[in-house]
Amino acid sequence: MILTRTGDGSSVQMTPDELRHDLVEGSEAAATKAKIPALIESDLDYLHDMFACPSRVWGVERGHEAVMTKDGGTNTLVSSRLSCGIAAPVGREAAVRLFERAFGFDSMEVGHVDYSVKPSKFIVSLEQEHMELLQHTTILPLFYGFMPNLGLYYRPDGQFANPSDLLPRGKIDEARRAQEEALEACCEDVVWQSEKFTETGADAINFDTVASTGDAEFLATLRACERVSSTTDMPVQVSMASEMVLGFHGQLEYDGTRLAGLWPHQQMKLVEKAGASIFGPVVNNNSRKSCAWNVARAVTFVKACTAEATIPIHANVGGGVGGVPMCEVSPLDIVSRAGAAMIEVGKADGL
Amino acid sequence: MQLRKMRLDEAKAYVADKLGVSVLDLSDSTVMRTVREEFDIGVVTAVPGLAKGLEAKARIADLLDIRINSVERLRGKMGLTTKGV
Repeated sequence: MILTRTGDGSSVQMTPDELRHDLVEGSEAAATKAKIPALIESDLDYLHDMFACPSRVWGVERGHEAVMTKDGGTNTLVSSRLSCGIAAPVGREAAVRLFERAFGFDSMEVGHVDYSVKPSKFIVSLEQEHMELLQHTTILPLFYGFMPNLGLYYRPDGQFANPSDLLPRGKIDEARRAQEEALEACCEDVVWQSEKFTETGADAINFDTVASTGDAEFLATLRACERVSSTTDMPVQVSMASEMVLGFHGQLEYDGTRLAGLWPHQQMKLVEKAGASIFGPVVNNNSRKSCAWNVARAVTFVKACTAEATIPIHANVGGGVGGVPMCEVSPLDIVSRAGAAMIEVGKADGL
Repeated sequence: MQLRKMRLDEAKAYVADKLGVSVLDLSDSTVMRTVREEFDIGVVTAVPGLAKGLEAKARIADLLDIRINSVERLRGKMGLTTKGV
């Protein structure tokens, strides 16, 4: 019997046949949904050997190491529940340096604890100050990261009518107009914030959890990415929120492509057109399925991206995405396997 | 190099070539500790006298012949010539 886990982190025992069945079924689930190729036999053999191995930790073959980028800034150290934070008694400057030297990260982020563009705009001078100071004491590429988070632009948090209130009342046109107005404001804020960090010496910008509120937010981000990448030399990373773009508006397009319903390999093409330097696809977890099922499914989506990408693909591998279980303390046995699978089978350029 | 849109294999080959090491050596911490000290581009441990922070980053930009935004800001502040976009 093989000791592994389910998508909620619980331990479970599986026979080799059950494991193989889940790997095949998980991959085919992705292939059917997104109309992409399923994993080939050699990929499934690798995943099977990986999950069947009793070792707690799994890694990539020497020489196959990839690059890591970060989201959420230093929240893992300095916050409480955000990014499973441990509320360590350190400031952001010390935290970034710990990530560089103690944890060995390849790149790092400065980001507001309230990690959205709308709240971080108000304290941009503090954010800039920390970025400038940290650039003097760190060597790794230092990003500034934030979420466009269009949801904060709707009432009660923002000034625009909330489509979540309008849609249940059948006010579809009004809901669409509200999203169209809000995305313009969001786009302007994202560009403004990006320009602030271009002048301040950030090495790159990370637009994180993009399309968390659906196609309007994706459009705001693509437009912002296009403006930033065409008017500055600032590299832009676009990291998604979920595997499919929710069609909350349903009719929005970018470069002639409707945004609602796009899968990762389709999102990637638009992100490339918008001038981004790195794309971070997300694949959601099914907590009722085994981790093997989830990893096979996630890797299938990512492999479809890397097969056609012209820019680096940094697959999101974290709580509830990329095959990692949805639980507060991510189990190392699955995190190491999901990460390795993304690189060895998914051919990701990084995580 | 990935910030300049290079896929992983291309980025590794580029950096390995610039450093005069093999691609396999890039992820060998034993090899790279010596390489990084020889080129004075920053090491993980705390060693007095070696380049740190922006010093190391500026040396990396020159060694790899790439434009790094934070280094360009430093050059601007010092009145030095900046790299073209």
